[in-house]
Amino acid sequence: MLEIQNLNKSFGALAVSQDISIEIGAGQCHALIGPNGAGKTTLIHQISGVLQADSGAVLLDGQDITRLSVWQRVQAGLGRTFQLTSVLPSFSVLENMAIAAQAKRGSSMRFFRAAAQERALNTIAHATAERVGLSARTDVLASDLSHGELRLLELGIALAAKPKFLLLDEPMAGLGRTESAALITLLADLRGSLPMLLVEHDMDAIFQLADSVSVLVDGKVIARGTPDAVRAAPGARAAYLGEGAA
Amino acid sequence: MDRPLILAAFIFALLLALPLLLPLFGAAYLTGLIIKAMLLAIAAISLDLLIGHGGMVSLGHAAFVGVGAYAAAIGLESGIEDILVLLLITLAVTGLVALVTGTLALRTSGVYLLMITLAFGQMIYFTLTSLAAYGGDDGLTLWNLATLFGSDVVQNGAGLYYVVLGTLLMVWWFVHRLSRARFGRVLRAARDNPQRAEVMGFAVKRYQLAAYVIAALIAGVSGLLTVQYAEFVSPALATWQRSGDLIVVVVLGGLASRNGAILGAFFIVIVEEVLGSFLHEWRLIYGPLLVLMVLFAKGGLSDLFAPRGTRRSAH
Repeated sequence: MLEIQNLNKSFGALAVSQDISIEIGAGQCHALIGPNGAGKTTLIHQISGVLQADSGAVLLDGQDITRLSVWQRVQAGLGRTFQLTSVLPSFSVLENMAIAAQAKRGSSMRFFRAAAQERALNTIAHATAERVGLSARTDVLASDLSHGELRLLELGIALAAKPKFLLLDEPMAGLGRTESAALITLLADLRGSLPMLLVEHDMDAIFQLADSVSVLVDGKVIARGTPDAVRAAPGARAAYLGEGAA
Repeated sequence: MDRPLILAAFIFALLLALPLLLPLFGAAYLTGLIIKAMLLAIAAISLDLLIGHGGMVSLGHAAFVGVGAYAAAIGLESGIEDILVLLLITLAVTGLVALVTGTLALRTSGVYLLMITLAFGQMIYFTLTSLAAYGGDDGLTLWNLATLFGSDVVQNGAGLYYVVLGTLLMVWWFVHRLSRARFGRVLRAARDNPQRAEVMGFAVKRYQLAAYVIAALIAGVSGLLTVQYAEFVSPALATWQRSGDLIVVVVLGGLASRNGAILGAFFIVIVEEVLGSFLHEWRLIYGPLLVLMVLFAKGGLSDLFAPRGTRRSAH
C-alpha cells in the first residue's frame, strides 16, 4: 500500500502541492482527478522520485521512500506507466519486459551469460505478455507496435517488475473506445492483487475502476470519497466536467 | 551460427594464416601494417562499446591509448620488463584515470559529453607532452622492450603478431559476450531511453561508468601493445585527431559491430598506406572517399555482409 503524508512542494511563490495526504490500501484503486495545472503531474513526480517534496513523506508498504532516487523506488516496489508512452524502441516486446524483470532479479553487472537465454526472465516476460494481451507480438520490435499496443507494453513493462504498487499516469491517453474498454477490463482484473493510483481524465475508467477519488485543484485536495460522493460534492464538478462548467 | 560469427571466424582465420601466406607472395613486409591495423581495431572495438552499444560518443578515447602506452613505457624505463606486470600497471593506471574522468564526464550526455571528453582528452595530451623526463613533445624511443617470462618472443616478428592477434580475439570475444549479457542489455536500454531504464530500476549512470572504464582499459591495452610494436611512445597517440580517427573507424565499420570495427580499421590503414604511397596529399582523396562510404553504406562495412532485408541501411 501507498501512503502520501502531508506532501508540500513549491516552485518559488507557486505552491503546487499543498499538504496532500492520500492513503491507498491493499486491493484499492484510488483515482486522482483535477483540471490541467492542478498539480497532478508534480504529485506523480514526487511519488516516483523525479522531484523531491519540500516536506512530507511517501511510504510504500510502510517503507519511507521519500528520499530515494527514481531507480531505488522502483527497486522498492513502485511500478509506473507514463502518460506519453516510454518503452525501449529497439528492443522486442519480449525483451522490453524481460529487462524489466531483470532489474528486480539479481545484479545486472553480469558480463558473460547471454541475457536473452535466461529462462527465469523469459518466463516472466511471456507470462506478462499473456496478461496484457501481447503474446502474439512478443518478437516484434517495440518501434513497430501500434499506439494501442504500445500502451499495453507500457503496462507490461511495469507489471514484469512485479511491483507492490502501480502508479498509472493517464493509461487511456490516445486510446480508442474498444481499446479503452479492454484496458479497463485488464486493470479491473489487476486491481484486487495490486493497489494502484490512477490519474485519468476518462470518466468511464474512473467509475469502473476507482474505489475512491481525490479531486486536486490548485495543489489542494478539495474533495475525496467514492466516485458517486465526489460527483455530488460542490466544487468537484468543475474538475469533473472541465473548467468553466461549474 | 549467425552471420556475424561466420564473418568473425573468417576474419580471424585469415589473420591467423596471413604471416604464413604473405612470405609466399614476397609481401612479408606487410606484417607490420597488419599489426598496426589490429592495434587500431582493438581501440575501435572498445570505443564501439561506448558509441554503438552505449550511445556515448567520446572524443577523447585516444587519450586512454596514450595513457596505457605511457604507463607501459614508464614501467619499461623503470626497469620493469615482464609484459604481464606491465599489463597490470597499464590496466591500473588507465582504469584510475577513466574512473575519475568518467565520473565527471558522464554527468552529461550528447554533445556535452563530446565536449567534456574532448577536454579531458586534451588535458591528458598536454600532461603527456609535459613529461620532460620521458621525451616531452618529442616522445621517447624505447631501447628495452617487454619480455614474457624473460623471453623476447613477444618483442617482434611472429611472436608479437600473434600476441596482438590473440589480444584482438580476446577483446572481440569479451565485448561480444558483454554486449549480449545482462550488462550489455542495460547499456542498450540506457542508449534507447535512459529515462525508461531508470524507471525500470537501473542506476543507469553506474552501468555507463562501468562501460566507460572497461572501454578505457581495452584502449590502454592497445596502447601497451603499440609501445611494443613501435618501440616508441609519443603524445601523438593521445591527440584528439586520433580520437576522431577512432570514431571514423567505428562509424565506417558499422555501429555495435565488432567485425565492423576490424573492417573499418583495416580499411583506414590500407587506404592510408595505398593512397599515401603515391600521393602526398592523400587526404584529398581520403575525405571524399569517406563521404561516399557513409552515404552509400549507412550501416557500415559490416552491413555489406548482412543478409538482404536485415541491412540496417535498408531502414
